[in-house]
Amino acid sequence: MPPKNYEILPKTSETGEPIGELLEISMGPHHPSTHGVFRMDLVLDGETVVKLKPVFGYLHRNHEKIAENISYLGSMPYTDRLDYFCSMTNNWAYALTVEKLAGLPVPERAEYIRVIMAELTRLQNHTCLIGFFVQDMGALGTPLMYAFREREKILDLFESVSGARMMCNYMRFGGVRCDVTPDWLAQAKQLVDGYGKFLDEFEALFTENEILLARTQGVGVLPRELVVSASITGPMLRAAGVNYDVRKVDKYGIYGRFDFKVPLGEHGDIYDRYMVRVLEMRESLKILQQALRDIPSGPVMDPKAKLRGFRPKAGEAYGRIEAPKGELGFYLISDGSPNPFRYRVRPPSFINLTVLEDMCLGHRISDTVVILGSVDIVLGEVDR
Amino acid sequence: METPEQIKPRLEAAVPGAKIDVLPNDCPAGERSLLVDPAHVLAVAKFLRDDPQLRLDFCSNVTGVDWPDIVVKSKFKKTVVVDGVESEIEETIETLRSGYLECVYHLYSMELKHGPVVLRQRTVNRDHEAPAVSLTPVWRGCEFQEREVYDLYGIRLEGHPDLRRILMWDGFKGFPMRKDYVPPDDFEYEPTPHDEVLEQAKKHYPPEVKA
Amino acid sequence: MGTLNIEHRTSNIEWTEMLGEQIIKGMAVTARNFFGSYVSKERLTTVQYPEERLTPKENTRQFPFLVYDGDDWEKGMRCVACQICEKECPPQCIYIVKSKDKKPDYKGQLQLYPATFDIDISVCMSCQICVEVCPFDAIKMDTEFELSTDDRFGGLLFSKDKLSKSNEHYRRIHPTDAAAVDEHLAGEKAKAEAKAKAAAATPANPAA
Repeated sequence: MPPKNYEILPKTSETGEPIGELLEISMGPHHPSTHGVFRMDLVLDGETVVKLKPVFGYLHRNHEKIAENISYLGSMPYTDRLDYFCSMTNNWAYALTVEKLAGLPVPERAEYIRVIMAELTRLQNHTCLIGFFVQDMGALGTPLMYAFREREKILDLFESVSGARMMCNYMRFGGVRCDVTPDWLAQAKQLVDGYGKFLDEFEALFTENEILLARTQGVGVLPRELVVSASITGPMLRAAGVNYDVRKVDKYGIYGRFDFKVPLGEHGDIYDRYMVRVLEMRESLKILQQALRDIPSGPVMDPKAKLRGFRPKAGEAYGRIEAPKGELGFYLISDGSPNPFRYRVRPPSFINLTVLEDMCLGHRISDTVVILGSVDIVLGEVDR
Repeated sequence: METPEQIKPRLEAAVPGAKIDVLPNDCPAGERSLLVDPAHVLAVAKFLRDDPQLRLDFCSNVTGVDWPDIVVKSKFKKTVVVDGVESEIEETIETLRSGYLECVYHLYSMELKHGPVVLRQRTVNRDHEAPAVSLTPVWRGCEFQEREVYDLYGIRLEGHPDLRRILMWDGFKGFPMRKDYVPPDDFEYEPTPHDEVLEQAKKHYPPEVKA
Repeated sequence: MGTLNIEHRTSNIEWTEMLGEQIIKGMAVTARNFFGSYVSKERLTTVQYPEERLTPKENTRQFPFLVYDGDDWEKGMRCVACQICEKECPPQCIYIVKSKDKKPDYKGQLQLYPATFDIDISVCMSCQICVEVCPFDAIKMDTEFELSTDDRFGGLLFSKDKLSKSNEHYRRIHPTDAAAVDEHLAGEKAKAEAKAKAAAATPANPAA
């Protein structure tokens, strides 16, 4: 018998008398609002959510097991496919961890290129996320297409340097795969200079829009203590007012050199999450301008770095970066063989879903769609 | 930020009876970890979270590690007296280190902005659903990650509020991330012409059934 | 640590008291984009594929191909069947069988060649690792992407005759890289020739 996708449960009062019915429905896995194959088991009282259990694993391919059976280099293209919107930051997090494990230095120019790529990734991820998220509220098509138009320009830049738009596979242990040309830097500069104007236009659509305010303010509020305890990271954490950005805390790469601020929200609701992302993009533009101005010439690969036959000494390392969706970490244990003994991804969007139920309880079913949108998940990373 | 060696005596004072070891890490990252026995890990975790000098309020990463049985070869020198002449010979002793499963926690502090402190606990053996202690009551962020550890490694984490499979489906048998896991030969295969998957599939589906 | 609190939080304004002027403002933006697309190339970004095509970027990669020198693909094949790419390929989509006999390479040295060289491009994920690890500059990335077929098994399994493409093709799609490779190979060849000359000039067995 095929499983039913809904069930009617009895609703009882505190004294145990039946006072109505609760409806249990399965939202997803094929639902336009779930950003992929993701399912929520909802129990509804009328239209109000009384219970919500996220169900995932539809895209599970055991990325970690695959990586434990191939060489260190061989996992690099697979990391692209984790969060397929931000392959550059995935590459960086993995390369950073392996460099930490093996103690590899990275040339200065490569560090700058990495920062430029990561911030461009952040720009396109946040832009698209805002597009998706207003689409969840019913702004069908138009804002998302504006976001995609701008994203396409950034993807063109990625393609002309790495060869692929989304699956860049660009970073290597001890540098980046190939150098950028002066022409490319000029194009990137032009894009960065023009991006502020686009953001102004984008913000004119949303920031003070009455519908957006009505749908987002005071919805999906996360208190500060819960956010910290539940290991939430990224814009969701900062929207709740916790000042924690791995770029500032760890100063990995060369982030210590740049002058930028960390946007913080005050209320922890969806509107703050939206606003933190917009302001983060503006800070990213600042970092990009500084990086494109200061980038030195020189090699982009450490001359001692080996491509084949890479065997780090036995040991373990945990490396993390501030990916657009939150803290992306890699945990590697080496036993001295060419394959990692243990390879673990700390996926930010998976852990950010921990509090989905806490955010949705008491809200309407239509709000769960917007709340899920504001978490910013990519199922390639959630399910791995 | 205190080193694990500095944290260890303070922990032993705060949690009486806890067996704590500092595990070495020889690679350049040099993150040494604290190995705590499962009976006291919950108290240790609470101390690490609430101690004013540490305030490790952010549990970033939780994961399992499978250490299968391994033969450890250790060499040592011993002097023997043969016919009144003393000579030194090297002897190799092979000892079987029985396997275990491990839970690794990477802790940071959002308040004091330091870290990581690596906390580990080990199960006694590699049994099906070997028990360990869940730290979800201390850090809510462990919830899904510990479910994942249960799902992929089969460590039963006592005290977890909702310990179910998370990535694999309910009713799935086996723990895929264990080193001795053998994938089934009847999964939906995408054979490539020179693939071992195809060979496996041929075994499972005899040609006459396929036709 | 520099922090920035949200400065224009609009919660001070009650949205119920707003008259919808912001919605009209937003519509003005859409109208500007719509009418702008008639006059500004900036706003009209759609390309009418397949009638119109963009020229691929120079570094664009799709699927691998095997480079051969000269006109005859069997003679000029650079691949020496060393099987490094087969070993390093993350999804294991390359299949090589070494030849029994040898043929001269571009330097005139006798080398093995692949008796079979198959790439299953339905498995290939275009990561370019085979290109990076190849010490002989024999495998490179193509820019061809219109490869759809109705036969998943036969049509997407490329054998070496289909994979072989001339060095001219490589020069055309990746001019900068190809120039660097040509220069490198010419240098190697000159070195080999100089060595051969030196070996010919000196007697084979000076002791005799």
